[in-house]
Amino acid sequence: MNRKLLSGDEAIARGAWEAGCHVAAAYPGTPSTEILETLAGFSDVYCEWSTNEKVALEVALGASISGARALAAMKHVGLNVAADPLFSAAHIGARGGLVIVTADDPGLHSSQNEQDNRFYALAAKIPMFCPADSQEAKDFTRLAFEVSEEYDVPVLIRITTRVAHSSSIVTIGERAERPVKGYEKQVSKTVLLPVHARIRHVDLEHRLDRLRAYSERTSANRVEQGERRIGIICDGVAYHYCREVFPEVSYLKLGMVNPFPASLVRKFAAGVDQVIVVEEVDPFLELHVRSLGIEATGKDKLPRWGELNPRVVRLALGRPSTRRQEPREGSGEISTSAQAVNSRQPNDGNGLLGTVAGTRQLSPDKAIEPEPDLPSRPPALCPGCPHTGLFYALQKQRVIIGGDIGCYTLGALPPHNSMDTCIDMGASITFAHGCDKALGRNDPRRRVAVIGDSTFFHSGITGLLNVVYNKSDVVVVIADNRTTGMTGHQDHPGTGRTLSGEETVAVDIAALARACGIERVVAVDPYRVKETRRLIRELLKQPGPAVVISRRPCALLVRLREKPRKVNTEKCTGCKTCLGLGCPALTMVGEKTMVLEDLCAGCGMCADVCPQGAIE
Amino acid sequence: MNIIVCGVGGQGVLLFSDLIGNIALAAGLDVKKSEVHGMAQRGGSVTTHVRYAPKVYSPLVEEGSADLVVAFEKLEALRHVHFLAGNGWLVYDPHRIDPLPVLLGLVERPTDALLDERIMARAPRRLVVSAFEAAREIGDPRVQNVVMLGAVSRLLEFPRSVFRDIIRLQVKPGFVDLNLRAFDRGLAIGSSYDIGAGASYMGRVTPQCPGQTGF
Repeated sequence: MNRKLLSGDEAIARGAWEAGCHVAAAYPGTPSTEILETLAGFSDVYCEWSTNEKVALEVALGASISGARALAAMKHVGLNVAADPLFSAAHIGARGGLVIVTADDPGLHSSQNEQDNRFYALAAKIPMFCPADSQEAKDFTRLAFEVSEEYDVPVLIRITTRVAHSSSIVTIGERAERPVKGYEKQVSKTVLLPVHARIRHVDLEHRLDRLRAYSERTSANRVEQGERRIGIICDGVAYHYCREVFPEVSYLKLGMVNPFPASLVRKFAAGVDQVIVVEEVDPFLELHVRSLGIEATGKDKLPRWGELNPRVVRLALGRPSTRRQEPREGSGEISTSAQAVNSRQPNDGNGLLGTVAGTRQLSPDKAIEPEPDLPSRPPALCPGCPHTGLFYALQKQRVIIGGDIGCYTLGALPPHNSMDTCIDMGASITFAHGCDKALGRNDPRRRVAVIGDSTFFHSGITGLLNVVYNKSDVVVVIADNRTTGMTGHQDHPGTGRTLSGEETVAVDIAALARACGIERVVAVDPYRVKETRRLIRELLKQPGPAVVISRRPCALLVRLREKPRKVNTEKCTGCKTCLGLGCPALTMVGEKTMVLEDLCAGCGMCADVCPQGAIE
Repeated sequence: MNIIVCGVGGQGVLLFSDLIGNIALAAGLDVKKSEVHGMAQRGGSVTTHVRYAPKVYSPLVEEGSADLVVAFEKLEALRHVHFLAGNGWLVYDPHRIDPLPVLLGLVERPTDALLDERIMARAPRRLVVSAFEAAREIGDPRVQNVVMLGAVSRLLEFPRSVFRDIIRLQVKPGFVDLNLRAFDRGLAIGSSYDIGAGASYMGRVTPQCPGQTGF
């Protein structure tokens, strides 16, 4: 079967494989993680988890300079980490095709910010493709490798969560084998000394001129002619939302957004009465359109934050829904959405044109508002999660805690309230260091950092070195659950396994910390909650930097086969001490604690903290 | 056909959506499926959108336009009921998993009676399927999702054999029999409802749909 339901991430991996990609590197990050996980399933591509995105991009660039086709993938904030080699790579160029994927997260499903990485393409002077669905994700990946080699430039692909984690049907093809061209010394190209880089910049501008011409003619940018009253210019998944709501208007769908195809846009705009730009987050396309002197509606109506969806587009641009129907008693078929679209009445005066002319904006339909006042369901640490014991131990200590990126960021929420910051990968240690330097002895609270094992390898080591070298009294707690937990259990230098499952050296975090110059390194078992609390307390009393390794495998990695715990209701006094763990398997029924047996992992942390010995 | 599938992380919402998507693909329809998984793997709300038709554009189901909302948990059923079209079906498991703020006593626990009343007011067409209990009886609460699939198959116009074929293809080999039993159990629960003549199937596959493979 050559048609498959693939996610955008899987489709990019498939496209890279079909394009003959040889080397791929990434650091896991939602929503980009599955690109490398999928690609690793193809034995003819070397794949690795790098310690961070900067490293990943440098690995891919090295492969490209050696004449191999290479891919680096990361989430949007990962490109911030990799920004340094990104700009250099644009100057160096690509001998073997070099494709960099940035997976942006409009709506912040799982990120610390909502940046629009289309601006990186502009700033780094790199061509960028923006696929709208999985088929395009695959096709554009193949195209990106071609463009990269033909124009001797790295190419960015920008996907968003809704493309990365949506699945649609993809026609798959075979791999086009390509020989690795081999390394040829080209000092003036790859050694970016000022004397070389000046020339490389001029060369880059010339490459961009040629790419501008390419952008005008590529099939990635296409016009779909419909009614001429309205012309919508859009990119990415916004195209599909618009097609859903306005099936009859004209479209300029941009699959390549940098360099911007100015002539194509001018020609399209001249053929319609009114131009509307629909895009997620920032007015990237709109700025370009307006810079051409074209009047356009865009962010004056559409939101500048969050995701778009058909309803947002519909409400912002004023097209009533004909979809919702009154209940029909016990009979009747329900039409498919395609039929509903086809049967939609022509513009009834409430539609786009009227609203855009400034007459009125539709209010949302009350009947489809979400149910108010429902308890929210925030993500929680799993039953049996070792972080639970660690955070219980850190609770109510007089400390300032720099937090980091991972499942354990949930320690910032009730009942733990055990983190003061969450900035970016690795920033827990560097924050605590800066805080220590700034506050000095004016604040008695010790400065603590909590960082996961994978994050520590990603960019914590450099921070730890800085603590030692620049002499701050930071206590670094490494929540070592033996995996990259949040993104779904990827390996890293501490696990002893590579992405392809081969055995390798497992880095000893304690030895590494000592090698960095930390003298006090203590290991604790977070399942022994009270003991962990006592050891951390003692450590905090002594001055000087220290490392605490809180070590227990992720509860999903090593399933405990313990029996669910039970509460002896005679002994339970209802003191709620155990609820301070924030375990989803514990609740109160009346005045007593109860263990929800379907959820309980049997870890025993609740029994350890119960002052009455009531949990058995 | 617009479907919303919702539940709590760990309940198998994603596998359920994959199964539906692949069944529609096998029927020659255009399919789009979109998922959001939050920060932790478990405990948070999980929602997927599944759409199939001769041609699908948006990967998202619009509020007020779902033909079917499948909820693996009662609170999530109410949280997503506004996605339903006026004549859409809600299929939900009355099983309750309270969110952490409720377990901690930070937020008031809504009574079952209140939830039931609000669900009934907003979803006139609904099937209540105690899939979690059924799965536990079969021997593994993790097949709750496939019990739900069996019940939902009552409302979808695809032959049962295709459901079984896709289950065989997608489930880990050691668990195929267990999952097929779960499917049959769900089918039996779904079939016990009198859902009215002419309403037994939803989203009829139109004969002119391109690439249709004959069923």
